[in-house]
Order: sequence, then C-alpha cells, then structure tokens
Amino acid sequence: MTALRFAGGFERGATVTFHVDGAAVRAHSGETLAAALLAAGVVALRRSPRDGAPRGAYCFMGVCQECVVRVDGALRQSCQVAVVDGLSVELRGAV
Amino acid sequence: MALPKPHEADLVVIGAGPAGAAAALAASRAGLSVVLLDEAASPGGQVYRAPPAGLSVSPGKRGPDDDAGDALRAGIAASSVVWRGSARVWSVSGAFRVDAVTPSGNESFFAPRLVAATGAHERLVPFPGWTKPGVIGLAAATILLKSQGMIPGRRSVVAGCGPLLAAVAAKIVVAGGAVAAVVDLSGPGDWLRALPGLARRPDLLRQGLGWALKLGAARVPVLFRHGVVAVEGAEACERVVAAPVDTEGRPRGGSLRGFEADALAIGHGLVPGAEITKLLRARHHFDPAAGGWTPVRDAFGRCSVAGLYAVGDGAAVAGAEPARLSGQLAGLAAAHDAGRIPLEAFEREAASVRAGLARMSAFAGAVGRLMRPRPAMVEAIAPETVICRCEDVTRSEIETAIAEGARDINQLKHFTRCGMGPCQGRMCGETAAGLLALQVGSREEVGYWTGRPPLRPVPLADLLGRFDYGDIPVPTPAPL
Repeated sequence: MTALRFAGGFERGATVTFHVDGAAVRAHSGETLAAALLAAGVVALRRSPRDGAPRGAYCFMGVCQECVVRVDGALRQSCQVAVVDGLSVELRGAV
Repeated sequence: MALPKPHEADLVVIGAGPAGAAAALAASRAGLSVVLLDEAASPGGQVYRAPPAGLSVSPGKRGPDDDAGDALRAGIAASSVVWRGSARVWSVSGAFRVDAVTPSGNESFFAPRLVAATGAHERLVPFPGWTKPGVIGLAAATILLKSQGMIPGRRSVVAGCGPLLAAVAAKIVVAGGAVAAVVDLSGPGDWLRALPGLARRPDLLRQGLGWALKLGAARVPVLFRHGVVAVEGAEACERVVAAPVDTEGRPRGGSLRGFEADALAIGHGLVPGAEITKLLRARHHFDPAAGGWTPVRDAFGRCSVAGLYAVGDGAAVAGAEPARLSGQLAGLAAAHDAGRIPLEAFEREAASVRAGLARMSAFAGAVGRLMRPRPAMVEAIAPETVICRCEDVTRSEIETAIAEGARDINQLKHFTRCGMGPCQGRMCGETAAGLLALQVGSREEVGYWTGRPPLRPVPLADLLGRFDYGDIPVPTPAPL
C-alpha cells in the first residue's frame, strides 16, 4: 500500500478504510493507528500546547503521549489503538 | 455505571514481558493463584511483542525472538495464571490494591503480594530538532519492524548507542529500506573492549555480527564516535546532522556530516520504569549501571515494602534473559514467603536460577557500559533546546529555575512545569535531573519525581463508563 510496509515476509490483515479529518486512508486490519498514519505519510499529529511546534509519534509504546489524537470523539494514544473499518480520526489542528 | 469488580489472588504481577511472565509462572507452579496484567493485548513485553491479530511474520522469516515470544505466550496459556491483557494499570495502593482499566471497564485486583515487572523506557539526550515528527526512539523502531512489518521512513538514520543500533539498521536494510547512516556514540575501541563480555553469550554475539555484516554488504556508512547534533526540517525531519564526539559523547568540534532522511531512530540507553515501587514508597538508590534510580532489592527481588517484589528491566536494566531469571526468582520467593515452598526446596531451586543469572552478568555488564548514561552529553545541551516535550520547557528555563533556588527535581517541576505534562516526566526526567545534578552536585541530592497516581493518563470516561445523569443518587438536602 505504501513504501514503508515490508514488501514480503509479513502476513497482513484485510484492507480497512478509516478517515483522518474527513480524508479516507487505507490500512490493514491489526495495524496500530500510529503505524497506519505513518505509512500514509501523516507524521505531524498535533501541535505542542505552548510553542505550537509540530509533533508526531515518538515512542510507539504508550509512554510519550505525543501520538494522542481524537478517535471517534475521544482522545486516544494512536499507538495503542488498532485500526478498524470506519474509524474516524481527528488530528488536533496539526495539518 | 460500571462499578469496579474486585478480583482476589495470592499474587498480582504487573507486566507480562520476560520478567513478569516468568514470575507469574514460577509462583503459579508452586500453587499460588496469580493474576497477570499487561497493557498489551498479548504477553511478551516489548522484546517479545506479538504482532497484533491479523498480522504475522511469515514462516521462514521468523527470528529467535519470534520463537521465544511464542513459547512465552504458550507457557502462560497452558498455566493456571489468570491473564488480563489490554489492562492499563493506573493505581497501586495499600497492600495491595491494583486498579486497571481493562476491556471490561475499571477493575480492581487485590493480593497480599505484588510483582512489579514494568520494563524500561528509552533515554534520549535532547538536541535541537529532536521533537520534530519523524524522530522516533530506537525501541520504537523495533516495534514498527517486529510487530507492524514497517520501516520508520523512506530513508532513515539510526543513531545512539548499544546493540540496538545494528539490530534496527540491519532489519531496515533486510526489509528493503534505505539507511542513510548509522551514527554510533561508541568507537571501534569501545566495541573491542566489550567483546569479551559479549562473547559470553555466543548466540547473541553471532546475531550481532550478522547484523554488522548485513550493514557492510549494503554499504551503509557507519560513523563511529559521532552523535546527532541537530535535526532540520520545516514540519518534520528532513535532514540529520552528525558531529564527532569525545569518549563521553560530548561534541568535540570537527566537520559536520549531514544526511537527507525523513526518519531518525535514536536512543541513548534505557531507564528502569520503576514508577510502581516509587508510588508505593519503597526505598530506591541511584545506580547508573542499572540505568538510574532503582528499587533497593535483595537477591530475590524483595523490596523494602513487605510483599513487594521488583524484577526485570523495570528494576535494573540488564536485558531479556536476566529479566526472565530475575522474574523466576521473585516468583519462587513470593511462593516461599506465602508458605507454599519449604525453605530447602526454595533454596535448591533458587540456587540454580541464581547460577544462571551470574553467568549472564558479564554480557549484561558489557552492554550496560555501551549504553551507560553520559552526563557530559547533558552538560553540552544548547540553551534553547526543548527538554520537556509536553510543556516545551527549554534548558535555559531550567537553568533560570535552578538559579532562582530549585534544588531538587520536584522543586524544579513546580518552578517550570517540566515533567508536569501527560508523559508524566518519563521523557524529560533523566535530562532534567542530569542538568540539576550539574549544579547541586549529585543525582542523589536531586532525587526523583514523587510517584503519584494515575500511573498513566486514563480518560475519565473509561473510569466512569456510560451513565445517565438521572441515575446519580443525590442525597436529600438537610432541612433548614
């Protein structure tokens, strides 16, 4: 689907479609939202509250909180959310 | 409204990496009822993280970690351990009550004994541009590679220290990705000195040499004794700048090398995630070789708080196999302390595990030296560099607070908000404490963040569940 997913050696789930600020993004079932966004080229997920500097997923393991986005209306760490068909993601004004 | 559902057990284990899983299994085999909790959906921890449902590594492409992880998961599944995945532990109190948000809502678990096996997180000494999207941890890169089948960027720089450098870079190359450069704080001499220790684990040494050969074959430039000094780019990482460093990681002048790259995977070692032992007010001591502040423990992982055990990299960074053995010891000790294993049998079983652990120490020591904290790097941070990502606190603001009288890490937090954001000081704590130590003399005087719940941010809605305002009981007001 994009250049970042391994070409081979990895079995992937069914294709799913979710929406990022209204735009359709395709990913594979089982991928984390943070990884799916990265693969779709969406790296700036939010802006830092004080300086307004762009921020993206950093630790991918639930520690840093940099990948927090709004998922179906609630703030979630995108590295801890599995993508499913129809997920609605709002970035927090980053892009 | 989702009311807490209490669960009682002889032992609760928090963290299902190699340490926690081994502790749970050892205690369960000895007859204790055990609840094992982890944030991830399956056991394995970071090192043996399972690909999520729907993704899997193809047969023939599997590595030793995939097999070890599957064996760990099979062991838990075949045991009487009660496994609770996707459980976010947000509070530990009393002796002991564990509160966790799980797929069934907020649940409380009670046990007279508790094993904390919470693993480590990465240290990163900041540099200008480290907050830009595209800059990720080395451990983050391994998660993408191992459990998501993804490379971090179209063209990556891999930087920092320790064996993860070669592992990450080689896995990117094998996956067909481009590595612009590997930037290693250590020099060839450091690796040569580490060799006798590394050779004590021939399997791992062979694996490491295999990675190095793959990088050589792909003609990936390796910059020894170099560090990343800047990441440039408008909205994300576009260019990574490296410079020569001295033995302590301090830039020492000399020509800058720039690499076009949309991803930088970087890490400067590991820090024990000892939040639970701090929250329970166990005694801690500062041990740079173990990654920083660690709980004071006996040989079996017993902490200064009765019934509390700490194991694995969350207690002292040593790697996966020592973590497994330390977990096994604590599981045996918990069962012995609960009166389920007689002294003689306990001592016999523990002796063989302790002998195994002792054989690991030379390897762990060699890796630990490569990944040691380097205070001189903290000293060399430029004044306008952001230290606290959550609150955008710069080094110069921290220096101002110190000049105005902040003398320990919690005072510094109050003065500046450094460490007060959603990561709860996990990203900035080591750097902030390092900066303060330069002024007040030692990390011991600086101390550590006071442990407080919630251990991780939890959406209030997850604690409350769905409810109707009309259902909230309102007491009748007292008559006037």
